[in-house]
Amino acid sequence: MKRFVPLVIAIVAGFVLLIANFIPYAEGWGLTAQEWFNILAVGAMVLGGGNLIKLQLMKISSKKAGWGYAAVTVVCFFAAIFIGMGKFGVHPNELYPNYAWSGYYLEEGSGMWWIYQHMIVPLTSTMFAMLAFYVATAAFRAFRAKNTEATLLLVTAGIVLLGRTYAGVWLFEGWLPDWLLWLRFDNLTVWIMDVPNTAGTRAITIGIALGVVATSLRILLGVDRSYLGQD
Amino acid sequence: MYNTLKNLDRRWVFLSMFLAVSIPILAKTVFPEVVSKQAKLVFDAIEDLPDGSNILLSYDFDPASQGELLPMAQAFTRHCSAKGHKQYYMALWPLGSPMVDLSVETIESEYPDMVYGEDFVKFDYKAGGEAVIRMITQDLRGMFPLDSKGVSLDKIPMTKNIKNIQDMDLIVNVSAGDPGTKQWVQFAATPFGITTVSGCTGVQAPQMYPYIPEQLAGVLGAIKAAAEYEAAIDAVYPDINDNPKAQEAKRRMGPQLVAHSLMIGLIILGNWIFYVGRKRGEA
Repeated sequence: MKRFVPLVIAIVAGFVLLIANFIPYAEGWGLTAQEWFNILAVGAMVLGGGNLIKLQLMKISSKKAGWGYAAVTVVCFFAAIFIGMGKFGVHPNELYPNYAWSGYYLEEGSGMWWIYQHMIVPLTSTMFAMLAFYVATAAFRAFRAKNTEATLLLVTAGIVLLGRTYAGVWLFEGWLPDWLLWLRFDNLTVWIMDVPNTAGTRAITIGIALGVVATSLRILLGVDRSYLGQD
Repeated sequence: MYNTLKNLDRRWVFLSMFLAVSIPILAKTVFPEVVSKQAKLVFDAIEDLPDGSNILLSYDFDPASQGELLPMAQAFTRHCSAKGHKQYYMALWPLGSPMVDLSVETIESEYPDMVYGEDFVKFDYKAGGEAVIRMITQDLRGMFPLDSKGVSLDKIPMTKNIKNIQDMDLIVNVSAGDPGTKQWVQFAATPFGITTVSGCTGVQAPQMYPYIPEQLAGVLGAIKAAAEYEAAIDAVYPDINDNPKAQEAKRRMGPQLVAHSLMIGLIILGNWIFYVGRKRGEA
């Protein structure tokens, strides 16, 4: 029963969405299924949060390596929920002045706004910006022309790196004849993106799509049940 | 020399990258931009629409990608505002909503004649990703009965006659991943033929090129394309050209040029070490 009910739900929902795409009469069924999906997506967020806390608490209780980080995660998680749901510092929406919680949760000066501006923005931006440093050391230590394929990749990367800056134009200014302008790095970059990249990506995309169709069919027909997990 | 470089502490590389990025920022180095075909396609997609067209702008990115994507998002806002288009903002990412707020602030400060509800409107974040897109292609109110201020869509002048996003003349998606441009192409642009343009991160851009020109009218890939798009706007709109805040992407091309040149230098240096080491039988 534990596996049968979810299996039936998946098969029915899958076929409803499929039919809704081809039969105009069934369009409404598809919309209903999507509404259910959206409600479930909200539930999934709660489930995800619960799972996160469960794993972090287990890490803390067993004092696994790095349990201090888990403690920080748990504290931040509950602090953000408390401040966000409490809407501290948020004024009521002017349309609903009698409802204390009707204001915008990120109103300037509110608790959540403070967390967003002074924690989320600098932390996430810093994490992303750090990539520049790691890519630089990777370029220095790992990007080697060991064989023909690696050399091709390296040359292409060099052209694209320069073609994505003004250097791609500036290096050829004043001396390259007009009939050879296609050799300018910015033009070569466009060609690389338009032709070899598009051809390769298109092939990969079509391959993935065929794989998705095959997997979807297996799920719809109940052949593939791996998504139900093990019991 | 060889031994010094071979055992070079990676902190020197970090320092050189730090200087490569920070010096052009402090020196405010700006280079001229040549508008590429892709930037022109995106510019034309917005420019060629009649004034006052309906444009849905979905900001599917968060502060992590703000440095790369916000300048192009703001450029879209300024271009649409200069053309007098009606702008419908939404976000498929939870932290995309505050990004939309930045564009709303730009409209309110730089285009004071534009009125909320008549010229631009914002919908709050809704969970569901592609399911949100599927839903609003059929029934906008089913997903967004209210705008972000809690007003019914039936009471807002610019939404009261909108049934779903098939009423949009153009979708502009600024995307840093999933859900993002791919989902807009799959669930809105392709099945309903809604013209769509995308601004995405450099990592995503190669995956979007196969969708041009049928499913996507154009793609802006990363900050370079944003700078070209700004240049295309500047050429037509002198007011935007004179606005220093509207030159953010161009300003970031200085650090990009020096950082990319440094990367090339590091790759060449690394390979020189590799070949010398191989000659000496060390590799």
